[in-house]
Amino acid sequence: MDPELLSRIQFAFTISFHFIFPPISMGLGLMLVAMGIVYIRTKDPKWRQMSFFWVKIYGIVFAMGVATGVVQEFEFGMNWADYSRFVGNVFGSLLAAEGVFAFFLEGGFLGLMLFGGNRLGPRLWLFSIFMVTFGAHFSALWILMANSWMQTPEGYTIAQDPAPARAVMTSFWDVVFTPSFIPRLLHVWDAAWTTGSAFMLSVSAWYLLKKRNVDLAKANLKLALPFFILFGVANLFMFGPNMAIEVTSQQPLKLASMEGLWQSTSCAPMFLLGWVDVATQTTSGFSIPCLLSFLAYQDVNATVAGINSFAPAATPPINLLFQVYHVMINLAPILAGIGVLGGIWYVWKRRIFQSRFVLWLLVLSVFMGEMAITAGWWTAEIGRQPWIVYNVLHTADGVSPLLSGLDVALSLGLFIGLYALLFLLFLFLLNRKIQAGPEPLEAVETVAVSSLPDTFREVFRKRPHGAGPPPPTEPDGTPLPQVDTAAAVDQPPADLDQAPADLNDDMDGEGRS
Amino acid sequence: MSLAEIWFGLFIVIVAGYLILDGFDLGVGILHLVVARTDEDRRTMLASIGPVWDGNAVWLVLTGGVLFAVFPLVYAALFSGFYMAFMLVLVCLIFRAIAIEFRSKEPGSRWRTGWDLAFAGASTGLALLLGTAFGNIVQGVPLDSAGNIEMSFVDLLNPFALLFGVTTVVMFALHGSLYLLLKTEGVLHERIRALVPRIIVLFVALIALVAGVLFLDDRQIIHKFTHDIWPLVFPIAAMVALYGVWRMVRDGRDGDGRDLRAFVSSALMIGLLLIAGGIGLYPTLLISTTDAAYSLTTANAASDNNTLVVCLIVALIGMPFVLLYTSGAYYIFRGKAHVESGGY
Repeated sequence: MDPELLSRIQFAFTISFHFIFPPISMGLGLMLVAMGIVYIRTKDPKWRQMSFFWVKIYGIVFAMGVATGVVQEFEFGMNWADYSRFVGNVFGSLLAAEGVFAFFLEGGFLGLMLFGGNRLGPRLWLFSIFMVTFGAHFSALWILMANSWMQTPEGYTIAQDPAPARAVMTSFWDVVFTPSFIPRLLHVWDAAWTTGSAFMLSVSAWYLLKKRNVDLAKANLKLALPFFILFGVANLFMFGPNMAIEVTSQQPLKLASMEGLWQSTSCAPMFLLGWVDVATQTTSGFSIPCLLSFLAYQDVNATVAGINSFAPAATPPINLLFQVYHVMINLAPILAGIGVLGGIWYVWKRRIFQSRFVLWLLVLSVFMGEMAITAGWWTAEIGRQPWIVYNVLHTADGVSPLLSGLDVALSLGLFIGLYALLFLLFLFLLNRKIQAGPEPLEAVETVAVSSLPDTFREVFRKRPHGAGPPPPTEPDGTPLPQVDTAAAVDQPPADLDQAPADLNDDMDGEGRS
Repeated sequence: MSLAEIWFGLFIVIVAGYLILDGFDLGVGILHLVVARTDEDRRTMLASIGPVWDGNAVWLVLTGGVLFAVFPLVYAALFSGFYMAFMLVLVCLIFRAIAIEFRSKEPGSRWRTGWDLAFAGASTGLALLLGTAFGNIVQGVPLDSAGNIEMSFVDLLNPFALLFGVTTVVMFALHGSLYLLLKTEGVLHERIRALVPRIIVLFVALIALVAGVLFLDDRQIIHKFTHDIWPLVFPIAAMVALYGVWRMVRDGRDGDGRDLRAFVSSALMIGLLLIAGGIGLYPTLLISTTDAAYSLTTANAASDNNTLVVCLIVALIGMPFVLLYTSGAYYIFRGKAHVESGGY
């Protein structure tokens, strides 16, 4: 068993699984911020009720993202030790910065976001939600910066002495702002927003189809739809095409391979569907004439460089790249189209609420968004092959030298089993929460909103004491009477009966509504 | 003092931050099945770490990231050399995160018991693995001239390293029990209070064993302490802090402030023990048992100065913010833990 191939499969598998969740953390987070703002402006309790519901969903998704996120940081060292030795100076420092700047932000505010509803006033709760969402975006920023350096490395020299050879940072700002960084960042953020708003639409549309929580679902759909249209259209006409320009100028071989363009061609076509036969160097399928030239150079007559104009040894797996790229590129107009269709159906006498066809399209939109994102990442990463750092270090030279194929096979098997189990549990739990729907405000609110601290001064002056009625004694004030341990084991603690509301909820808790 | 040496010190501080912060929530996990009998107890235990455990776990991610950036050769050698051990660390981390967040989201007793086992098992396993890895670092590893470790998973599980693993589990159990004294009340609180002295006795016995083995084997880590007197200040201060823990818990009553002092003492003790370990290893990060010349040190394993400066600036800008919102979160969730609807 080849440890390099297995390591590549393992990394691809673990990061693809991980990246199901961050787009939701970013996109749904943004929707929750919008929802919080609407609540503060309108004071309509239905938004507060929806916030409680969505924050619970957010917690489940976020937990999956956190749990599967640390894996990659370990894998760089475990499977890609020579890569780590080579890039530690540059890539490692960006990862460390991600930890300091982004992860602590998320970690610090996550608790406040998940439990802030009954501890903080609406403004401070919104602030916590904003900070977690901001942290998720910030984390994506650093990781895209690091990945963009692997795609279009700049700001370094290669030092040979003392061994081992390594990339040494010459300019931090050049490392940060490599040519591909900003276009890729905007493209990925927008894709995450599209998918996150699609998630909210999907659940709302499903409620409408099932005639449950109808009023809430209508309001929710109305909130998320404009965002979904905006983000979907933006990627189709702005951030996506911007990527084509970037790849054309920085990684022309990748562009040619994505489209299966063998010979340099003027008025080069763009395929909708097709198949690349690498042996005969032909690409066949349905194509739109001149579109590739237009996207690459904004000129239908421009000549796009073909695969054969580059060194033959350095090509990625062309047909695989072609296929995943076309999954992404075909989903882009479909997603934007669903949004626009939904928009028209909404404006036109609110037909959207009755149209089962459009509602079903909205239900499916989140899956399409996730699929497009995964396909997009595969395009970026497969298109970089056979390099791990583009035109600098081969993937084969990055793998840990003493790694045994058996060990990687074992760990890969473990990951597949573990992630399959996790995914089933995740779907089970998510489905339960969605089926149960938003609980009535009286069931989730344990304290009156007006009594919660809503400015920093109030937080640090009052004694916020968690959910539930104020505790019978000051927690650090009067000491509880000493309890004889042996006797106390059989008796309920003295203050149990003073907080009955806290105790009864757990056995029938979520299943009630 | 070179930048690499400054980073050696900062790295020790970051590891100490991880052990002190995640140490107590791992300890809560280790004690989860030991002290929490009812569903209510278990939810209280989880609620006590609920709002802060994720932030604490970030310190481990930070430790990995900083090692990657600042000492890439050590990062590469360690993570690839201890491949299976780190794989199991990942399994524990994943299970633990999911167990904490998923456990109380369904009412079924089998669902909850399953996640209770996962939480306790993963917490204990994580402490054991990290401690065992540290034991191997203290002992030295077969590093070759290219900086790779050739060591099977079974080699890692030698008695010397496992002793460190078990000691770490007990240390975290102690630290976690002191945290729980701050966060619990009533029967659960008294049950934990009765357990603390026993954990301390066990921990003292294990620490004595570790020290004895280190001196008898005359390990490299001990040389600093036998050649000079001043480094002994740190382990001695750690033991004084441990004595302080004993006193505070023995005389303490719930809510009289002594429990907080006991917890802070225990945090100090962990920090001091780690500093003592750092002094013992300095300037070596990874001892080669193959040939001392292959050892990775601050001189031959650090990144170039540009990177070290960038990382220092990142730390100077970022860490005040980290401390700000970490302390903010602890402040807002201070006081006894309560079980909430839809919560842990």
